[in-house]
Amino acid sequence: MSGEHSSMRLLDDYARGDTEMAADAVWALEAHLETCAMCRSRLAASVATEVPGIATLLDTVRAGLEPQLDAAVRTPSRRHRPRWLSAWLTPAMAPWLAMTVVVTLMALLLDSLARPTFFGDTSPVLAIAPVLPLCGVAASWSRGLDPAHELTASTARAGLPLLLRRTTAVLVVVLPGLLVGGWLTGTMTAAQWLLPSLAFTSTALALGSVVGVTRAAIGLAVAWGVVVAPAWVTGHVPLALRIVLQPDQLPVWGLLLALGIGAVIARRNAYSTL
Amino acid sequence: MTPTTSAADTAPKTYAWEIRASGLRVRVGRKKMAVDGLDLSLGIGTHGLLGPNGAGKTTLIRTLATVLRPTEGELEMLGTCVGATVDHRALRRRIGCLPQDFGYYKRFTVREFVEYMAWLKEVPKAAIPGAVQRAVERVGLADRADHRMKTLSGGMVRRAGIAQAIVNDPAVLLLDEPTVGLDPAQRLRFRELLQELGRDTCVVVSTHLVEDVAAACSDVVLFADGRLVFQGTPDDLAAAGGPDHPGDSPLERGYSALLQGSEQPGGTW
Repeated sequence: MSGEHSSMRLLDDYARGDTEMAADAVWALEAHLETCAMCRSRLAASVATEVPGIATLLDTVRAGLEPQLDAAVRTPSRRHRPRWLSAWLTPAMAPWLAMTVVVTLMALLLDSLARPTFFGDTSPVLAIAPVLPLCGVAASWSRGLDPAHELTASTARAGLPLLLRRTTAVLVVVLPGLLVGGWLTGTMTAAQWLLPSLAFTSTALALGSVVGVTRAAIGLAVAWGVVVAPAWVTGHVPLALRIVLQPDQLPVWGLLLALGIGAVIARRNAYSTL
Repeated sequence: MTPTTSAADTAPKTYAWEIRASGLRVRVGRKKMAVDGLDLSLGIGTHGLLGPNGAGKTTLIRTLATVLRPTEGELEMLGTCVGATVDHRALRRRIGCLPQDFGYYKRFTVREFVEYMAWLKEVPKAAIPGAVQRAVERVGLADRADHRMKTLSGGMVRRAGIAQAIVNDPAVLLLDEPTVGLDPAQRLRFRELLQELGRDTCVVVSTHLVEDVAAACSDVVLFADGRLVFQGTPDDLAAAGGPDHPGDSPLERGYSALLQGSEQPGGTW
């Protein structure tokens, strides 16, 4: 194996710092030493036997440095948030998600206190559940709401994958709240609001590729508000709303969801320059 | 530690210019053509992008950063055509960009901020801590790395911005007004960094400070009303001016001489 490793004579010369060694030989030897642990250990042995002066010098330097090295404690890095969190959420989205959770709680409270006088037989949670995720989605990719948007926009991850990550994070926060709420109050089944809210979210993303995600989300929420508001004011649920929230309308919501997802996939490249 | 090399670093270069634009037009808003028929070729080196306010410098930088889409014309960066329906992911990994007004999350520390940007730029996960440390050290913020962004002064925030721009070792580095808010000593240090980066990177620095260009740039691009007015070395720019042109230095005189032809009808300002 001597053809692949340096000879002991060469290593001894190198350890002594022999000035006779040709520059190209030194270069080749150092290049080899960098990659070969075996020759490095042979060099270490050679230093100990051939030039004990260097070994003692190193020991003295080390002894002199040791107190300082012991004193230098690495400052603990002040990490407040785990790294994976910022991969899914931006700090700009946090207040919007908090607001969504508060709105959900309010609606649940309303549901258990004053449902009959306000909404007829339709639960208020059911009325707002479809558009609840939109608040978070609006904040997930927004020039106005996200201070770091300008920096993010030119990075490799900007575009649909990042948007989908953030939308997933919104849904992960919003949907369990609704699920638990609906189960506690017992006024609605998951199927009644889950499909509509997913359909609204996917439609917002699809429209977002044309007009911007924030605009699309706000527009859809306002449109839904216009449909729901009369019920709030008159205390009587319009026929249209009653029909769209019936459990047997689920295929329609399912179709909307599928259309939204299809549109998002078709326009997947448009998201990188929103 | 040896710097990691990727396949992209060692691949043969198949393009002549890092940035090549021909007949480039970019519309901002409904009517305004901020870049209006630009022909430009930029290679390795530090290029100073000079021009009066409203010349379209920021729009050009944002177009080069692939944030804005070209309305018309051709733009080729690192051999890739930047167009309407192309996925820019691979190209964006090799671009570093510092916008003029960049926002950040105030509660992030400098290290968290640069780490987050490195993650967004798809720097390999194992290489992130090393790359972040190198970038932070290069801009001289190593001692403030674990301080929150909101505790930093304006100049330090700007340096943190430069750190995030260079964290992915970009092949094209775009800096929009990077010297705003830096004190004279930092500015000198920054010019050294620019010269260092310009050895193997195509750096485009937009500025309206002529002295920055003189000190740090190997090439000057003079830009007015969305069009190229002049491209050449700082010496060429200085040679264009005569003693009767307004300005305090040869470069400033050259600058005003070249811009005289394209003066806007907007009064003395």
